[in-house]
Amino acid sequence: MRFERREHRPLALIVLTPLLAVAAALALSGLLIAAAGAPVLEAYWRILVGAFGSRLSATETLTRATPLMLTGLAAAVAFRARVWNIGGEGQFYLGAIATAAVGSQLLSGAPGYLSIPLLLISGALAGMILLIVPLWLRLRFSVDEVVTSLLLNFVAVLVVSMLIDGPLKDPLAFGWPQSQSVADAAMLPKLVARSRLHWGFGIAVVLAFVVHFVQSRTVFGMKSRAAGLSPDGAVFAGVPLARTLLLVACLSGGLAGLAGAVEVLGVKGYVTTDLSPGFGYSGIVVAMLAGLHPLGVVLAALFTATMFVGADGMSRALKIPTYIADVTVALSLITMLVAVFFAQYRIRR
Amino acid sequence: MTETVLEIDGVSKSFGDNKVNDAISMTLARGEIVALLGENGAGKTTLMSILFGHYTPDEGCIRVAGANLPAGRPRAAIHAGIGMVHQHFSLAPNLTVLENVMTGTEKLWSLRSETGRARTKLKALAERFGLAVDPDARLGDLSVGEQQRVEILKALYNDARILILDEPTAVLTNLEAETLFGTLKEMARQGLSLIFISHKLDEVMAAADRVVVLRGGKVVAERRAAETSKAELAELMVGHRVARPIRDAHERGEPVLEAAAVSVRIDGVDRLKEASFRLHAGEVLGIIGVSGNGQAALASLLSGTLARSSGDILLYGEAIGDLSVADTVASGIGRIPEDRTREGAIGEMAVWENAVLERIDEPRFSRRGLVDRSAAIAFAETIVRDFDVRGGGARTRTRLLSGGNMQKLILGRNLAERPRILIAAQPARGLDEGAVAAVHARILEARKAGTAVLLISEDLDEVIGLADRIQAIVGGRLSPPVSADEVDARALGLMMAGAWKKEAA
Repeated sequence: MRFERREHRPLALIVLTPLLAVAAALALSGLLIAAAGAPVLEAYWRILVGAFGSRLSATETLTRATPLMLTGLAAAVAFRARVWNIGGEGQFYLGAIATAAVGSQLLSGAPGYLSIPLLLISGALAGMILLIVPLWLRLRFSVDEVVTSLLLNFVAVLVVSMLIDGPLKDPLAFGWPQSQSVADAAMLPKLVARSRLHWGFGIAVVLAFVVHFVQSRTVFGMKSRAAGLSPDGAVFAGVPLARTLLLVACLSGGLAGLAGAVEVLGVKGYVTTDLSPGFGYSGIVVAMLAGLHPLGVVLAALFTATMFVGADGMSRALKIPTYIADVTVALSLITMLVAVFFAQYRIRR
Repeated sequence: MTETVLEIDGVSKSFGDNKVNDAISMTLARGEIVALLGENGAGKTTLMSILFGHYTPDEGCIRVAGANLPAGRPRAAIHAGIGMVHQHFSLAPNLTVLENVMTGTEKLWSLRSETGRARTKLKALAERFGLAVDPDARLGDLSVGEQQRVEILKALYNDARILILDEPTAVLTNLEAETLFGTLKEMARQGLSLIFISHKLDEVMAAADRVVVLRGGKVVAERRAAETSKAELAELMVGHRVARPIRDAHERGEPVLEAAAVSVRIDGVDRLKEASFRLHAGEVLGIIGVSGNGQAALASLLSGTLARSSGDILLYGEAIGDLSVADTVASGIGRIPEDRTREGAIGEMAVWENAVLERIDEPRFSRRGLVDRSAAIAFAETIVRDFDVRGGGARTRTRLLSGGNMQKLILGRNLAERPRILIAAQPARGLDEGAVAAVHARILEARKAGTAVLLISEDLDEVIGLADRIQAIVGGRLSPPVSADEVDARALGLMMAGAWKKEAA
């Protein structure tokens, strides 16, 4: 048995395989739900209700999808150029803490139209710096960036821990390790009133289109793709390899840092060490689900957020253990990845 | 006739609508060397991939020593004693020879490695067939010819009795090829059976007992080598007679590119030692040599991807520093790299992208950082049309083109720009007769139009047919030039062995 790459992908296949994947994931998790003694079909219904059943749950799902889109774009951009950025989580946190630091210390009195762009930029810059380091190590000393970017996640989280328990600690937080808040004026406006959904969602969707445009229409997009597909071929064609990959790293790290900044400015206003339930890592999954396509990232992030929020609602409504919700999420990601694979390859015997 | 060890019976295989193998039947006897002759795209490699279990046939079956071989199972093929020597070696450059040979022969969970026994077996095999290599050398440090020996040894180590060689000479020099044929004959004499895939008539006549000719996926003829001629085979293979173009007399112009005692040192090894040449407009200067003697460094240096460590390069009479790729493209130097799939084109990108990538910053293909797709695609379409690139259009993924068509694309993107200088490294390597003739004709056309061509080649016929003057490259040194009209193959052979007078000019 071997796998052959499909040269032509029929549209029906592209549409059908994800649906089949969702069905398979639900069927598999149905076994667990049945074992827990809950009605299976109702559980499915509860996932849907949990994710989209009310204004509150629907906006919550979109709020959850926002950082996933940005970290997903970060991973997709990097992987396309074969820059293995596994450090989305660290870049997210560093972006978040930079935003909180600049927002609470330097720009606390500035009006929103000034502080919001500046804070988003500081978050992106912080993320960039955290990815430039591993990339420079790769270009200079051939150190594998998978390892370095991954390990820097832990460094970044510890640095954040130190800052929010030290210089940036909020004295009004009853002793909890929590950073000082950015000014209310710097918070992103809500997209829907009386919900958590904020303008960051719009920013993420627009950026997906921007990234798509950059990759498909610009010289930089073409060169970075060449650099990723064939370094030798790119060098022969005169593509400056180091500079191109550095730009890719800036874009990727910047997007992940921006995710952190958006989460701070959109949702909480301050940083704690549980700001991200693994957004950086989930971003990698989102990117893979999307086949590294920037517009696919939007859909993949929505799907992932739906499963997160919906499965949570299901376990609360039916009083079944929350781990079943986690398993459902994991199963749906795995089946979706399998489906994406089979949309691209066929089996030959 | 002796016993039949291998029977291919009515094998067919289609990729999409393309019937690559059409009811092919052939046999192989013990101790026999059969050449599978055909142009690129005739279905040779597909047939051998089916035989080795990489593909499953749509119809037909394969019998080894009378027993049916299960389809699509490489392991079964290895067990049946079939060994394959691929055109692109399937060896790991960071392992030693011995490790490469042993890979896949031991159980993954076995606690110890039978290195000692393997070493003895490898040495015995090497001695028996005259395939000398150092078992502890790192594969990446070996020349292509030596790597091929390792690949053959690996097949023999797996107790192969039927050996399939896919275009074994494509990467070899004439001398290495002759050695290889000696080895093949010795193996046949000792009872092994061999199939070698080729599109080169000389070597088929030199090495094979029997020739099976494939054209368009069908067996069109079968001849005993002793009872046929090159002319007949050529006609059978391409279906019509082809002649390689030969240069005609032509006045050369001013010198355009000069190297004066240029050296290139990479990782402490001198790849090029005080090499000097003077390339004139309207001439072909042939650089001939056995592979691994500094050709790659010379080509990379002149293509702008490698820096010199000493010496001077003069372009249009002016001393320049190191060339960058952008400089070469901007100053009218066309470049055909030695390895078209590694450097020449990026397989996963579209034909149009490969056509314009090296010129993408020019205003006609991009404005303010945005790619002008329609201009780029139009440019690619011109190349596809003018240079007869078949198998796809401007939007096709380049990987789907055959080697010859990919080479036409690379040649086209250079010549469409009427370059003043063309650096052509092994431009016809691995191409079939039809494509070779096309490439040669284009190079001669460019020469006639006044382009200065530096032809780096290992193929004597190619250099003699095209070059006005010839320099040999040996151990990174260039011989003084000789006029092509004044040397014969024998004299060139001596030059390639390093025998030239220091003072001659």
